[in-house]
Amino acid sequence: MSGFRLPSHPRNQARALPFRFDGRALEGRDGDTLAAALLANGAGIVGRSFKYRRPRGIVGHGFAETNALVQLGTGAGSTPNLLATRIPLTSGLEARSVRGWPSAAFDVGGIVDRLSPLLSAGFYYKTFIWPHWGLFEPAIRRAAGLGHAPVQPDGDRYEARERTCDVLVIGGGVAGMAAALAAAEAGAKVVLVEADPWLGGATGAEGASRLAAMERAVVDSPDIALMRRTTAVGYYDHNLVAACEEVDSPGLRQRVWKIRAGRCVLACGALERPLLFGGNDRPGVMLAESVRHYLARHGVAAGRRPLFVTASDSAYRAAIEAKQAGLDVVGLVDLRDAPGPLAEAVRTLGIELLVGHDAVRTRTRRGRVSGLDLLDRSRGRSIEVECDLVAMSGGWTPAVQLFSQSGGRLRYEEGIGAFVPEQSVQAERSCGAARGVLDLDACIADGRSAGLWAATGKEPPPVVRVEGERAAFRLPGAAKAFVDFQTDVTVADMQQATCENYRSVEHVKRYTVWGMGTDQGRLSAVNGIAVLAHLQGRDPGAVGTTRFRPPFAPVAFGAIAAGRPAGALFTPWKRLPAHDWHEAQGACFEDHGWLRPSHYPRGAETMAEAAARETLVVRHGVGLVDSSSLGKLELKGPDAGRFLDLVSLGSASRTAIGGARYNLLLDELGILFDDGMVARLGADHFLLTTGSAHAERTRRWLEQCLQCLWPLDLVVQDVTGLWATFTVAGPRARSVMERTGCDVDFSRDAFPHHRIRLGEVAGAEIRIVRASFTGEISFEISVRADQATSLAEYLMLCGEADEIAPVGLEGLDVLRLEKGYFHIGSDTDSRTMPGDVGFGSAVTRKPGDFIGRRSLLHPAASASRRPQLVGLQPVDPEAVVPIGAHVVGSAPRRSRGVVTSSAFSPTLGRSLGLALVEDGRAAIGSEVELWSEGRSWRARIAERTAYDPTGARLDA
Amino acid sequence: MLSIDCPHCGQRDETEFVCGGEAPTGRPPPDASDDIWTDYLFGNANPRGPVHERWLHAFGCRRWLAVERDTVTHRILSVRDFADAIGHRP
Repeated sequence: MSGFRLPSHPRNQARALPFRFDGRALEGRDGDTLAAALLANGAGIVGRSFKYRRPRGIVGHGFAETNALVQLGTGAGSTPNLLATRIPLTSGLEARSVRGWPSAAFDVGGIVDRLSPLLSAGFYYKTFIWPHWGLFEPAIRRAAGLGHAPVQPDGDRYEARERTCDVLVIGGGVAGMAAALAAAEAGAKVVLVEADPWLGGATGAEGASRLAAMERAVVDSPDIALMRRTTAVGYYDHNLVAACEEVDSPGLRQRVWKIRAGRCVLACGALERPLLFGGNDRPGVMLAESVRHYLARHGVAAGRRPLFVTASDSAYRAAIEAKQAGLDVVGLVDLRDAPGPLAEAVRTLGIELLVGHDAVRTRTRRGRVSGLDLLDRSRGRSIEVECDLVAMSGGWTPAVQLFSQSGGRLRYEEGIGAFVPEQSVQAERSCGAARGVLDLDACIADGRSAGLWAATGKEPPPVVRVEGERAAFRLPGAAKAFVDFQTDVTVADMQQATCENYRSVEHVKRYTVWGMGTDQGRLSAVNGIAVLAHLQGRDPGAVGTTRFRPPFAPVAFGAIAAGRPAGALFTPWKRLPAHDWHEAQGACFEDHGWLRPSHYPRGAETMAEAAARETLVVRHGVGLVDSSSLGKLELKGPDAGRFLDLVSLGSASRTAIGGARYNLLLDELGILFDDGMVARLGADHFLLTTGSAHAERTRRWLEQCLQCLWPLDLVVQDVTGLWATFTVAGPRARSVMERTGCDVDFSRDAFPHHRIRLGEVAGAEIRIVRASFTGEISFEISVRADQATSLAEYLMLCGEADEIAPVGLEGLDVLRLEKGYFHIGSDTDSRTMPGDVGFGSAVTRKPGDFIGRRSLLHPAASASRRPQLVGLQPVDPEAVVPIGAHVVGSAPRRSRGVVTSSAFSPTLGRSLGLALVEDGRAAIGSEVELWSEGRSWRARIAERTAYDPTGARLDA
Repeated sequence: MLSIDCPHCGQRDETEFVCGGEAPTGRPPPDASDDIWTDYLFGNANPRGPVHERWLHAFGCRRWLAVERDTVTHRILSVRDFADAIGHRP
């Protein structure tokens, strides 16, 4: 192969662009693709194959390429496995072949090809079994793979956009342009996407004048939005098409479009199929249409002495154009017994036409094609033809990938030897080569009627396909006739898979890796099916295709992620309204969805030391806890009380105004999913608090009950973000509150435990709930969120005399553990019912129906061996047992539960825990073994409340 | 991606919605048998063809919708506000 640039082609006068390939400095022209520039420079070997590392050259153009994979650029912006045939050449472009070291042309790994008889299909599965696959895997993984993904973050910018249209036309060939024009004429708003920078698709010289007129009309039409360099990659439900636009400007690399179309016209064209013969993968074997493409579009000849080989009529035109461009066309070999309709034109130009011959194998010199062995079938005679380029055409494969993704059903069309769209599921129609119509006039007519259908919905009359004869399929006898170039699958591999009884096309695909390369079988699928059909003695239609999945062409991860939050915005922290104040107090923060203070270390205190100090502050003095993250839902309306009765275990409707109750929420299975307080603000106005992590879910759940079960007269509103809440807790809490000058009476009789009061402090409206998660007197004070810091500062000021100190979650967790209060979700699991945590009597006491009640009456709810929440007191008072440790019974030794909470109590001077244990309540007082990761402890099962069991301190 | 015609907001992408699964035909009375209750909790018809589902327009009007969807073609056959569909509103 010895490519060169045609002096007479206008491209020859275009601006010269320097670029590098595998380290070599080369020169191309403005407008070239990388592949065209490489061919013009006579580059033969551009890559090495995946498995045998055979030298490979450019085989096609556009999407019809599988060998010329390159790594573009260096550093963070480097991109692996791009098709050289789709990369527009730019000045200074730096590309490397993805396989081969030190270069594709001279690859030390090429020795593998000599071992190829050992490396048949399933080689890895059968060979690397003993003693263990893991032993071989690292070395095999190193040798495998294509390009290298950069490890640095992608510095390029991507963008996601959406658009809608009446009609989306995919493909800007003649059929697509005809469809777009017809639809626009009929009044539709049309979007036309075309992957290439130019329009016209595969139309050759014979259609040049009509093409130019159509292109002008498309560009001029105000109703057609033309999107060049935009590849439709995915077809999803309800006519949503994802398309990727190559922008390549300094500020933006790619733009991903989600296009919702009323109707869609698939004019994706067709890809030429390779022929199967020995050494059909050698550099210098190309698709005939690609040879023509490089001549016409880029003025680049892929070789000086091409030999055309064809199974149908299509390569005749390519041979004629090659001859007219001045190449020394060695001949045209037609595999059929009778020549095509252009035979006379070919002969007139002086091209030798050989009919009824088979291509047997290529001959090579220094890795490149130097000739082709033919077999004259009628005489049974071999002929050797010298050439530097074999231009093959096995026929055309309609690009049905998007159609298939849309859910449509395919049919095998004998006339073209490939699969065509048969039945649509979505509002789309294929036209032109995408449904097997290859003739230029028929393509235009077919496009027009598809465009009319898309604009009006009226079914078009069927267009008659014009097809010639196609050569019968013959299994190549030669070794190494490649079905899939990129994954190195030969006809012999498929024969072996068939011998080993692989029949399903999906199984053969996975066993041989046929069609599993980066091109997803674009070139190899139909040839593989033809081979399988022949081997199995079945019709190709009966063999069927493998599934086509998006994307049609590779899309950068950055483009897929475009428009989605990344980095710090991926799951943004929820910050407390007084976050900065906590920081000023020296708080350390923990991630609980909200960033919450875990402790406020003083000096060199560790977290455990700070938590112990803060615990004792609350037990003996007064502490300040930020409770703003607790969910706050307000329910208002005449039916609010009734509704709360139905959705929770409590009886809100029987709560007096100004009263507050502890409340459990269950789901219909009777499982606990949230707890909190219900406070009554007015006759028809309730405040429901939820766990910090549960606010959104609980609001959604209440809405669901309201809309779908009980459409009562009330509204539910999430006011979590509107209020900031600080809890003043400890025996001296009342003293602090009395110093605030608030207009609420804080005396024990006027404001007992479990009440809510509204008031004013320093001009701010506040809500105060007396509820406690610590076992000490607590006032939960809520203000408008923007007043959070002022409130915290004011409370610290009022508490100065009582030595008030901020308390974080770590201390709070010890305080609640000492009291045996549980956290829904950590001390309960997806099986825990109210009776398992000591609320059984609340269920039986409550009159009337409520969510979960019916499930609690099921025998399973009162069965034995239910895990019940109990306290744990390790025998060694210093031993803090890890959470998750198993509670092990005596005989038989098996896990009877798990430790759900565990900490050292500075108040009691011993370690404590909570555990879910089978029939735990009956086991109170007994000793059990705790086990975790090989270590074990003894512990006594106890009541949950270890501190102040009578609750005297709470009610003080 | 489905396109759902919300009766309150108009034609919107599936990403704005949350699928709540097959819509139950109605909550059994408190004295329903264990079998009926268990079927209410866990039973799904999972048909091949039209199915009645509950979808929440979570990033829109936040209303629950009764959506009839064909599981074969993914065609949406009807969309109503759920409360209307079960006769909770006139």
